Amino acid sequence: MSVPEHAETSPGTTTSRVILSTADIDRALSRIAHEILESNKGPENLVLLGIARRGYPLARRLAARLEQIDPGFRAAASTGQLDITMYRDDLRRNPARTPQPTLLPESGIDGRTVVLVDDVLFSGRTIRAALDALVDVGRPDVVRLAVLVDRGHRELPIRADHVGKNLPTSSQEKVRVLLRESDPEPRAAGHEDCVVIDAPVASDPDVARSPGRAASSSRSGQAGERA
Amino acid sequence: MKHLLSTSELSHADAVQILDTADQMAAVSSRAVKKLPALRGRTVVNLFFEDSTRTRISFETAAKRLSADVINFSAKGSSVSKGESLKDTAQTLMAMSADAVVIRHPSSGAPQQLADSGWIDAAVVNAGDGKHAHPTQALLDAMTLRRVRSRATGVASTGMDLEGMHVVIVGDVLHSRVARSNVWLLTTLGARVTLVAPPTLVPVATDNWPCEVSYDLDAVLSEAPDAVMMLRLQRERMNAAFFPSEAEYTRGWGLTAQRVQRLEAVGAPTVFMHPGPMNRGLEISSEAADSPRSTVLEQVANGVSVRMAVLFLLLSGDESSPNPSEN
Amino acid sequence: MSCYLIGNARPEGGDPADLLVTDGTVTAVGAPGSLQVPEDAEVIDASGLIALPGLVDMHTHLREPGREDAETVQTGTRAAARGGFTAVFAMANSNPVADTAGVVEQVWQLGRDAGWTDVHPVGAVTVGLEGTRLSEIRAMAESRAAVRMFSDDGKCVHDPVLMRRALEYVKAFDGIIAQHAQEPRLTEGAQMNEGAVSADLGLTGWPAVAEEAIIARDVLLAQHVGSRLHICHLSTEGSVEIVRWAKSRGVYVTAEVTPHHLMLTDELVRTFDPVYKVNPPLRTDADVQALRRAVAEGTIDVVGTDHAPHTAEDKECEWSCAAHGMTGLETALSVVQLSLVDTGLIGWDRVAQIMSHRPAGILGLTDQGQPLRPGSVANLVLWDPAGATPVDPATHASKGRNSPYRGMTLPGSVRATFYRGHPVVRDGELATPLGR
Repeated sequence: MSVPEHAETSPGTTTSRVILSTADIDRALSRIAHEILESNKGPENLVLLGIARRGYPLARRLAARLEQIDPGFRAAASTGQLDITMYRDDLRRNPARTPQPTLLPESGIDGRTVVLVDDVLFSGRTIRAALDALVDVGRPDVVRLAVLVDRGHRELPIRADHVGKNLPTSSQEKVRVLLRESDPEPRAAGHEDCVVIDAPVASDPDVARSPGRAASSSRSGQAGERA
Repeated sequence: MKHLLSTSELSHADAVQILDTADQMAAVSSRAVKKLPALRGRTVVNLFFEDSTRTRISFETAAKRLSADVINFSAKGSSVSKGESLKDTAQTLMAMSADAVVIRHPSSGAPQQLADSGWIDAAVVNAGDGKHAHPTQALLDAMTLRRVRSRATGVASTGMDLEGMHVVIVGDVLHSRVARSNVWLLTTLGARVTLVAPPTLVPVATDNWPCEVSYDLDAVLSEAPDAVMMLRLQRERMNAAFFPSEAEYTRGWGLTAQRVQRLEAVGAPTVFMHPGPMNRGLEISSEAADSPRSTVLEQVANGVSVRMAVLFLLLSGDESSPNPSEN
Repeated sequence: MSCYLIGNARPEGGDPADLLVTDGTVTAVGAPGSLQVPEDAEVIDASGLIALPGLVDMHTHLREPGREDAETVQTGTRAAARGGFTAVFAMANSNPVADTAGVVEQVWQLGRDAGWTDVHPVGAVTVGLEGTRLSEIRAMAESRAAVRMFSDDGKCVHDPVLMRRALEYVKAFDGIIAQHAQEPRLTEGAQMNEGAVSADLGLTGWPAVAEEAIIARDVLLAQHVGSRLHICHLSTEGSVEIVRWAKSRGVYVTAEVTPHHLMLTDELVRTFDPVYKVNPPLRTDADVQALRRAVAEGTIDVVGTDHAPHTAEDKECEWSCAAHGMTGLETALSVVQLSLVDTGLIGWDRVAQIMSHRPAGILGLTDQGQPLRPGSVANLVLWDPAGATPVDPATHASKGRNSPYRGMTLPGSVRATFYRGHPVVRDGELATPLGR
């Protein structure tokens, strides 16, 4: 994780719990795929835009499932990535980061139904930025939001249309999503994809349960930190 | 990174990050809405003590595409002629709450003095100082070279460096901030750099420079380099006896039609670069300047992208707290 | 009647001794406790301190007349006293230039009135330092200032014929020409030493050959006409070799080095801080080492500060616009200790030579640079070699704030300076000037 105060303290001060395993994430994505088709009444006009970085692999997985469910949906031509770096409202407060490419389907997004896909919904500020980014690259008819995890603590009037798992958290905890596409560090079997909660612990370090390397990833700087 | 003063202070990772960011900025420049909100409410001052319409417009475009407010402050001659001092100018800018100062100055080191002085706390971007450095020019040249390599290999440019590329820089190295900045940056990115010039236009002590020096352009071109970058020659150098005549200079060190033909004949991959403005018929022939191998206009376009990247990277994270929040 | 007993000092670094100073003269020197001390003598405990003859600076810029905003004779000589100097030679590049008897007498009188050190004006070789015709050298020599040294310092007497004439002319009164060796065409627009650093920074170079070529020419001229030549602020290894060669041929040439050229290198220019801009420029480490060895072996005769105070306006600007020069009077002895004594190259007896006996001898001063023994004029400095001098230009007596050592802590410190038997510096602080 790229959270400086963790690098400065001993790893024993946080515990990491795996909340969703690979299989859980699989099931959640399948359910979201069905919901998307249902609410759109079919695959017509659908475009899945993943928010860089972890939203994009999730969008691709969802698109593959949509195609399985309904071959009328053409995954390759209807999936893209939206980079929101330049639209964030906290640019001054976070270290400079390299923007990722924004990749749109060749037919564009004008007049389409765009489903924004992200890993974790928290304050809602990322989605606010994504909506701004979206209007600069086209004019969709409808925009919906699908997230793998909704951990609450919203700061803006934003809600998801499709949620893989609602996860009550304290604001001190950090939720991290680790995906095989974006997070290459080795993990235990069954945890190739996982959602982890890091919780600060004052006294007893033995309660920490390790999801493979995830427990020690408080020093890795690679994992997707979603505080 | 708080300031951009010289390419010698850029690590490989810094340089690749700037170029990767610039690639994304270039993508924005090709869409219908060319503006990004990243620097909304921020103020960028273009402080030019030396005329350079091209560079100023490039920085101005970059800042405006990032939604920054731009103030152009032309102070040509004021400081050097003992008018307002750099210190007073700097403090005036601070009173205007500048977030970044883009400075072009005829005196080597003026941007570093501005950054180190404590007169201001804005980010300082060196837009060319004396004969010292011109880091954004070198960055746009590196971006151009990376794209040349990307086109040749079919590999996307993101994350790429210039390992193994052979770049030849020809001309008035002695007086060129472009040559200096390119030597540091291109070699940091893994390129092999050869400087070619008449001996009078090479600094006396380049032994520590990470590049080769040659006086023989034809010998170097026979190696079919990936790129040859022609430096602009100031015509007044001739009066100071750096070379006997323009014709002799062109015969020895100009990118003439004959030299272009020889490269064509051997099927060399060489592209022709020039920081502009060109002296056609002096350091570069029209055959070279107008050749499909010329990257001159691409360099100009990349200049805006690179400057957007630099302004963005310098001005984001400037209030970093130890506890970033996301989502 | 004034009487001081300086107890337990080490004259020129030798065995401890007591020195009795009575009415401006050293009246007795003896083993500690061995002297008969008058009842009214003030006793100064100098245990652990080194007593050196008062320092003589052949190369100072006092800026008066003309640039009193940068320095005055008053402030410059206060700085000199704080640095342990009892005589300074004020260079001629004032405004008006010290090229007439009137100007040199004015400076000489200002020095006398100030009462901190002797002030010996240096006369300009050419009118207005313009290098075209000789100034009235003889009139300056015969003035009350009794000028013996002539220099266009800041500019080189580059015309070989004019240089020859000047060397010849001063023979009439045993004068000496001090040359600022800088070939002007080779240094047009020069900003720093020409070498690896100037190549990196894109600052126009000041090549060593521009100094060496003039020195080589001038030692041959001096030999040809049988005159005395002094080389100001010699700064390169090549210059050392030329002077060594000239001395071996019997040419009467003396050479000077500045403290800053014994310590600082052109790497500092990478900061682009104009406090490091000086002429001749800071050179390479190889030059610094060669200059130190040249002092040790005697090729270089004296240390001269080239104290060059400037106003903040002239230094707080772009490098290429900034004035050349750095202050040096209040740090000179510290830098000499750091670069020559603490490195084991020379002892304190040699320090006394290069900073007092020798410059006084070159310039024919009879009341300066004398050995610390009975009968000598009581010009002396008490130096604490174990002390430390934190350099804060704001506390300097000089008006100039352009010290390249600011922020450093240099070794040693001046505890007292006696100027003609009067303590102008006591306990490391300025006391009172000599009243006449």
